[in-house]
Amino acid sequence: MSKDWPLWEVFIRSRQGLDHKHVGSLHAPDTRMAMENARDVYTRRQEGVSIWVVASKDIHASNPDEAAQFFDPAEDKVYRHPTFYNVPDDIEHM
Amino acid sequence: MTEQEIFDKKIDDDVRIEPKDWMPEAYRKTLIRQISQHAHSEYVGMLPEANWITRAPTLRRKATLLAKVQDEAGHGLYLYSAMETLGMSRQQSLDDLHSGKAKYSSIFNYPTLTWADIGTIGWLVDGAAILNQVPLCRTSYGPYARAMVRVCKEESFHQRQGFEIMMALSAGTAEQKEMAQDAINRWWWPTLMMFGPKDSESGNSELSMRWRIKRFSNDELRQKFVDMMVPQAEFLGLKVPDEKLKWNAEKNGYDFGEIDWEEFWRVVKGHGQCNKQRLDARRKAHDDGAWVREAATAYAEKRAQREATKKGA
Ligand SMILES: [Fe+2]
Ligand SMILES: [Fe+2]
Repeated sequence: MSKDWPLWEVFIRSRQGLDHKHVGSLHAPDTRMAMENARDVYTRRQEGVSIWVVASKDIHASNPDEAAQFFDPAEDKVYRHPTFYNVPDDIEHM
Repeated sequence: MTEQEIFDKKIDDDVRIEPKDWMPEAYRKTLIRQISQHAHSEYVGMLPEANWITRAPTLRRKATLLAKVQDEAGHGLYLYSAMETLGMSRQQSLDDLHSGKAKYSSIFNYPTLTWADIGTIGWLVDGAAILNQVPLCRTSYGPYARAMVRVCKEESFHQRQGFEIMMALSAGTAEQKEMAQDAINRWWWPTLMMFGPKDSESGNSELSMRWRIKRFSNDELRQKFVDMMVPQAEFLGLKVPDEKLKWNAEKNGYDFGEIDWEEFWRVVKGHGQCNKQRLDARRKAHDDGAWVREAATAYAEKRAQREATKKGA
């Protein structure tokens, strides 16, 4: 083999986990083999009950150079957080 | 702020550097060199241990050793993946290993002569690896740090199973105890060499510390290792093969003898006992596996074609 197989990103949901988390990547010729390799490499100790494999070329990431402008809209909106609001200390269940 | 200033600030604030972030070329090169050395060590490290899988003394030991060697293959993969995020293809990494251009830890160029060597590797060699690896979980490059977190989680059973083998041998017959002592006699010094050249002679060390790739110097880690291991050897009733080894209450650590640095550089430069054997075995495994890779590619193509015709019909 002189050329690498396609690269896949692997996401795993653990037994107690609520969402799939990125755990790493691997090369494989197709989705089925990517899935089997992901099982063998990333769940040898029962780390997961569900696996996603995604072709790395299909992942589009935000640009770190533009992060400041890109995330700017949320920066001045403290009122989206509960701590912004005044509630007296002796009020319970809120 | 310039790109360099943004980078420096991230390093100072312990913010991880990620693949698409700007980074100085020298930082990238240093990382590729270190991760490459590390990845190849995990990968070649399978060979001396695999030597004993078929001869493990019990089924329990055999299953354990198999699991450990499998883990090391996984560690290699996590690290090769981290290298790919720096623009180093998998194929290029393997080519560099097979051509002898890329280095791996010299410890794996020593032979595993007896079963006690398997115990000693788990106990001492994985022990030294863990000391190196734990601080790397906080290394400044994100993908490397994340790979190391996985590695460290899996690593602790490696050392414990090795220590268990050593406990069994040192509590065994006179011959078994002798076998254990012989193994530590041969592995102690090469293990101390795993931490690399002395700080005063380690050219890359200072920059790596500045960039927070490394958090401790070679000599600091080596001292830590000796201080950790001597009591464990005493527990086993084994003698550490160093006449100069002595507790120093003032520095709250052991004084120990000088490493044979000539031997160190000889093995690094390719003239250890097993350098040739290891590379030959690695190349052979790669070549012998070629048909599997070709078959997998052909199978994937066939299946894709079949699915395409099904859709067309
Ligand atoms: Fe490992
Ligand atoms: Fe290990």
